[in-house]
Amino acid sequence: MNWFSLFLDPNTQWILMGSMLLGLSSGVIGSFAYLRKQSLMGDALSHAALPGVCLAYMLTGTKSIFFFLIGAIIAGILATAAIGYITRNSRIKQDSALGIILTVFFGVGIVLLTQIQHSNSGNQSGLDKFLFGHAASMVKLDVYTIAGISAVLVVLCFLFFKEFKLLSFDPGFAKGIGLPTILLDQFMMLLIVTAVVIGIQAVGVVLMAALLITPAVAARYWTEKLHVMVILAGLFGAFSGFVGTVVSSMVNNLPTGPLIVLSATVLFIISVLAAPNRGVLAKTRLRVSAKSEYQPLTNQRVKEKSL
Amino acid sequence: MNHFWIILIGALVGSSCSILGCFLVLRKMSMIGDAISHSVLPGIVIAFLISGSRESLVMMFGAAAIGLVTVFLIQMFQNSGVQADASIGVVFTALFAVGVVLISLYTRQVDLDLDCVLYGEIAYAPWDMLHFGGTSIGPKAVWGVGASFLLNILVISLFYKQFKISTFDPALAASLGIPVVFFHYLLMSLVSISTVASFESVGAILVVGMIIVPAATAYLLTDKLSRMIMISIILSIVSSLLGYYVAYLLDASISGTMVAVTGVLFLVALFFSPKHGVLIKKWSRRKLLQQN
Repeated sequence: MNWFSLFLDPNTQWILMGSMLLGLSSGVIGSFAYLRKQSLMGDALSHAALPGVCLAYMLTGTKSIFFFLIGAIIAGILATAAIGYITRNSRIKQDSALGIILTVFFGVGIVLLTQIQHSNSGNQSGLDKFLFGHAASMVKLDVYTIAGISAVLVVLCFLFFKEFKLLSFDPGFAKGIGLPTILLDQFMMLLIVTAVVIGIQAVGVVLMAALLITPAVAARYWTEKLHVMVILAGLFGAFSGFVGTVVSSMVNNLPTGPLIVLSATVLFIISVLAAPNRGVLAKTRLRVSAKSEYQPLTNQRVKEKSL
Repeated sequence: MNHFWIILIGALVGSSCSILGCFLVLRKMSMIGDAISHSVLPGIVIAFLISGSRESLVMMFGAAAIGLVTVFLIQMFQNSGVQADASIGVVFTALFAVGVVLISLYTRQVDLDLDCVLYGEIAYAPWDMLHFGGTSIGPKAVWGVGASFLLNILVISLFYKQFKISTFDPALAASLGIPVVFFHYLLMSLVSISTVASFESVGAILVVGMIIVPAATAYLLTDKLSRMIMISIILSIVSSLLGYYVAYLLDASISGTMVAVTGVLFLVALFFSPKHGVLIKKWSRRKLLQQN
């Protein structure tokens, strides 16, 4: 299959659109999650969404992405609330709380999934796909939903940019000047949950976390400015969505989700090596040049170099 | 008899994971257990492609090696300035993606079911019997998981003191001359081996659940490491018993219910633990106020 005919195929166009928008929005939201040290929240939430999705299916009996979204959002909000409650009220640390909620919710989800399988065996195939994602079988309606929600997410991040920035870097100050930090915190969680839920559809539970984390970490290497980082992370995400989808439609039998994640990982590795100030190559060069022209440095210059 | 085997496998997986889980929870590294259990997938696939069989020790070593690589990579990115949890997330998802791609590339050669790997089916484990000299000597899973359980017990009890000190106070341990880094990687290779041993028979989710949840529950119940390990083992055995019973009643996924039961036990401990329970603390505070 040659390149040109690939892009003319309307079906591929849909999928390309969907995965690029998905990468864009999750990259943007992932940047905030990364700066707030909540990267693994995406992992926990994508696992925690499973029981919500199963319950939504059991209650409505339809496989509509809209009801799945509502179920998953409710489950996600419950999960974040539970993680917060456990870390605040007991000696359990946040990482263990995340792990507990992740596994227990997922376990309950699997129990519900088997219940669905046993009750009406013909109907559950779509739910099974939910675990590992099936970007290649996205239909027009799915892409519309993903595109619409991604656009809303990006616009919301743009509108609340100042607030999120403050919340990420100095929550104490944000509280001090009268911002409703708890509300904003919940709002950001809601955005993460939404991104996770639309992403699960395309790349699956396990790999959704990567779409939130990897582009953001890669973007962090290139810049010290938040707005640049957010834009870069969005671009990285969109680019990996593009590459992953194209490769998977050219090579037979390769799933889209892992390929999107792998292309994001390649971008990450390139960033680690080649980024201008924080990259490995730049640091090595700095070290070599510092060694070769060694001279007694003043405190000021040491500070400059080490930053 | 199958009931017995399934409960035994669950209890063995639970005990061997929760021993290690205690150390992971105390070191604030619970999510590393989650990461390793996902990232061993490419190791399993590669070992399978090389050796061509599922039961060889090669697979165990392949996965243990990948587990160590995972920990090493996480550490490396962390040292270069990436936040701890983000570096965990990047590494394990990348390796897991490699594993999934490998499985789909060699789908004809690899007889591994992805669904099964992730959420496992302990119910089929008893049928896969191990034969020795013509007579069956129990399911393969029991031997595999049992061996890793014994290995964990052996290593942890041999180096109990060293593990304890380097968990609670790594600086002190280093100054006493204990090779902290070595014990770190030793613990991580134990985690990888236990994960792999239990992986196929019970699925990643039960492994991760049994690593984190019973240990965290025990952490709420006691302040002593040796007791914490004992309690977490007992909790994991109880949850595999109860979990199997509930799954039998509901006709649901056994691994799923076992994990759900550990969650219920955790909830009970969270509220009613004699020393750290939320409700107990509230109640004693109120009593104190009344006395004043």
